[in-house]
Amino acid sequence: MVLDALARLGRVGIDALGALGRGHLLLLRMLAGASEVVRRPGLLVAQVYNVGVLSVLIVVVSGLFVGMVLGLQGHYVLSQFGAEESLGVMVAASLVRELGPVVTALLVAGRAGSALTAEIGLMKATEQLSGLEMMAVDPVRRILTPRLLGGILAMPFLAAMFSAVGVVGGYFVGVGLLGVDDGAFWSQMQSKLDFDEDLVNGVIKSLVFGVVVTWIALFQGHDATPTSEGVSRATTRAVVHSALAVLGLDFVLTALMFGN
Amino acid sequence: MPSFGRFARASPLGRPPPSLSPDIPMGRQRPSGPRGARRTKAPVAAPPLTSQTRTGASQEGQRASASDILVRIRGLRFRHGARIVFDGVDLDIRRGSVTAVMGPSGTGKTTLLKLISGQLRPDGGTVEVDGEPVHALSQSALFRLRRRMGMLFQSGALLTDLNVFDNVAYPLREHTDLRPAMVRKLVLLKLEAVGLRGARDLMPSELSGGMARRVALARAIALDPMMILYDEPFTGQDPISMGVLMTLIRQLNDASGLTSILVSHDVRETASIADYIYVIAQGKVMAQGTAAAIASETTPWVRQFMEGLPDGPVHFHYPAPALAQDLLTGGLG
Repeated sequence: MVLDALARLGRVGIDALGALGRGHLLLLRMLAGASEVVRRPGLLVAQVYNVGVLSVLIVVVSGLFVGMVLGLQGHYVLSQFGAEESLGVMVAASLVRELGPVVTALLVAGRAGSALTAEIGLMKATEQLSGLEMMAVDPVRRILTPRLLGGILAMPFLAAMFSAVGVVGGYFVGVGLLGVDDGAFWSQMQSKLDFDEDLVNGVIKSLVFGVVVTWIALFQGHDATPTSEGVSRATTRAVVHSALAVLGLDFVLTALMFGN
Repeated sequence: MPSFGRFARASPLGRPPPSLSPDIPMGRQRPSGPRGARRTKAPVAAPPLTSQTRTGASQEGQRASASDILVRIRGLRFRHGARIVFDGVDLDIRRGSVTAVMGPSGTGKTTLLKLISGQLRPDGGTVEVDGEPVHALSQSALFRLRRRMGMLFQSGALLTDLNVFDNVAYPLREHTDLRPAMVRKLVLLKLEAVGLRGARDLMPSELSGGMARRVALARAIALDPMMILYDEPFTGQDPISMGVLMTLIRQLNDASGLTSILVSHDVRETASIADYIYVIAQGKVMAQGTAAAIASETTPWVRQFMEGLPDGPVHFHYPAPALAQDLLTGGLG
């Protein structure tokens, strides 16, 4: 009984380590194939469109609502201390430092990441990846690498859009509806936000999340059991693992960037 | 004694399609020499063999000179988890022939093709294609070898985001520097060879199963390979599509000087176009020979497989306790 439980635990551990190893090897192979997108930039452009442009709508709408909620909540808290004029900097800092990169990564994991996993998983199930190999075309370089680089490239732009639209949402609620001073809203934001501290760190976060989200999505698709059930499970795993990885990494990155 | 020769070396349509005449341009010529030699375009005669059940490939190999053998497999061992798929299989594929590998479902026929093409690594033994040890090659060398192979997957494996024309053009665009006008001409010729020139603008989702396999066949011959591997090409086909595929496989092989390896469990259809047949099961070669030799084979297992008998050495019932014992036992399972 105890031995069985230990054996099961060991098997789970070995499987998890095996998946981790395969995932890292796949990442190395994808990065090693980066020259493919230099040779064929059209592949990268198509994936920036798939991952980035097609995610703009959900990112912009979500950013607007998150910014509006921040405006409402921020105004409520700040008004307790008579500091409503700081609403602009509070909204902007929250978005640029945290919510922009994190929520964008979660949205991309749900929209584009799941689509990537399903696409690669189905290509595997329908033998398209094997077909490419038999045509002497490396599917990792040709199919996976452009998607990884497209995801990494698109993520900071999407996060920037999310933050920009969120600030507009906060402005609309704070200035337009709750009567915060227009000049104070913008000037405090301009004077208190630091380029390196806030903007660059936000971009670094979104780049890291771009790598993690697309890597997990592509690995899950590539590693999926080639059946309909296998692809379905892989898609679920991709979203769950991406969300957990993004939130966990956000804590680590925040501690490293703003811990002092 | 059953006969499998109904279609042997003759078109089921009674005549070859005009587009498959030997003088159709098939693209680049291979260099002469043992490795890339374009073989005779005359139909390949079946090996002069009688029944050779379980004699191994060695006798066959001794009779054929080394340059006659395109694929040489020796002592192949492969296991999938705890299940032994191949346990010391020896097998030779002659140049210019259509060689069938038959066996029940789950005996590793597709696995054999993947081992030959280097998509899987064996646990033991060697696989040589055109004198090159497949599993000792670097990835770039393996890819160079694969450019001289084509494979027809059971599903067709067409790229679903490309139309028929672009699917067939794909290997040409990947591996040659041909001008677009030349690529277009070659693609149209390949599609003409499989009778689907008019379907060039269709997407894979608009094709029937048989059409998808014909497009995949056109793609497989796009680079004029020396060998084509067919994975269950007849599965799920209506009689017309099956007849068309049989014609194409036999006549493309003969017209283009290919070597074909055909994996199938469709006994009659496969036997009718194959020059030589290997029957594999339980990890071993159970029988080998020409269609006539296999048809006259008396081993009970081979008889059961070739005649499709429901019971015999392969039992109808999956192993289970006696029915009465099962019925009298309580429980819900």
